[in-house]
Amino acid sequence: MGNVLVWVVWFLAAGGCLASGVAVVSVTNPFFSALALIGNLASLAVLYLLLAAEFVAAAQVLVYAGAVMVMFLFVVAYLGGRADAPWAGGPPLLRSAAVVAAVALLVEIVVVLGLAWGDNLTDPAEVSDSFGSPAAIGEAFLTDHLLAFEITSIVLLVAAVGGVVLGTTREKEDEAA
Amino acid sequence: MDGPDVGWYIVVAAMLFGIGALGVMMRRSPLIVLLSLELMLNAANLTLIAFARQQGNLDGQIFALAVMAVAAAEVAIGLGLIVAMGRRRMLLDVDQASALRG
Repeated sequence: MGNVLVWVVWFLAAGGCLASGVAVVSVTNPFFSALALIGNLASLAVLYLLLAAEFVAAAQVLVYAGAVMVMFLFVVAYLGGRADAPWAGGPPLLRSAAVVAAVALLVEIVVVLGLAWGDNLTDPAEVSDSFGSPAAIGEAFLTDHLLAFEITSIVLLVAAVGGVVLGTTREKEDEAA
Repeated sequence: MDGPDVGWYIVVAAMLFGIGALGVMMRRSPLIVLLSLELMLNAANLTLIAFARQQGNLDGQIFALAVMAVAAAEVAIGLGLIVAMGRRRMLLDVDQASALRG
């Protein structure tokens, strides 16, 4: 019975994930596109929970769907109607080439993973209840992955400074504009 | 493990990556290109976490968290660029922003 429930939740989350992904790409208005991405991130968080990644799911909802998407919505609001760009660009040949390239990428991923892993994806490892818990993640971050943890903080700092520099205009440029 | 095998998650991630790649290649609004890029990053994250579960190894989840941090940095820079484009009254269309083309 519990098993059936997991399948139902999985299908809802995976369906919501793909449907909102299509919405992100196909909607004209960037505001609705951003809202669709929030739905996509939330349904991905459900999939993460099913994969025993509790901390990543919580971080996904708080950091991604919360903070990052609010930043997006602020920029969409700042740009207003100018943010609405035409749907797709280029001649029809380029557009169909894009579809072909995307489908080729998809097939490539499935074939490569299928060849390398096809037979080995049925028996997941046994994991304890603490797998993916904040305590386990914190311990891994502060022991084995301490360097990655520290470098990430520098990357975020540099990106924040860069964002401010890019977003600020000097007075000369304002006159020119 | 209750429910679907890890392979099912990989298929969803591959489809999500394809949708995101299509958005990056087809759309003209830089905002929607950035959003599609987020889709691709999240598909990669789902793959990392699925394989972490398969192997019973926490390293994949650590990698996914690092990807999230880098994605946040990328959004900060990308939105900064878009705001700069908006301030200079440039047309918000990635096909028009071609001043650096060789």
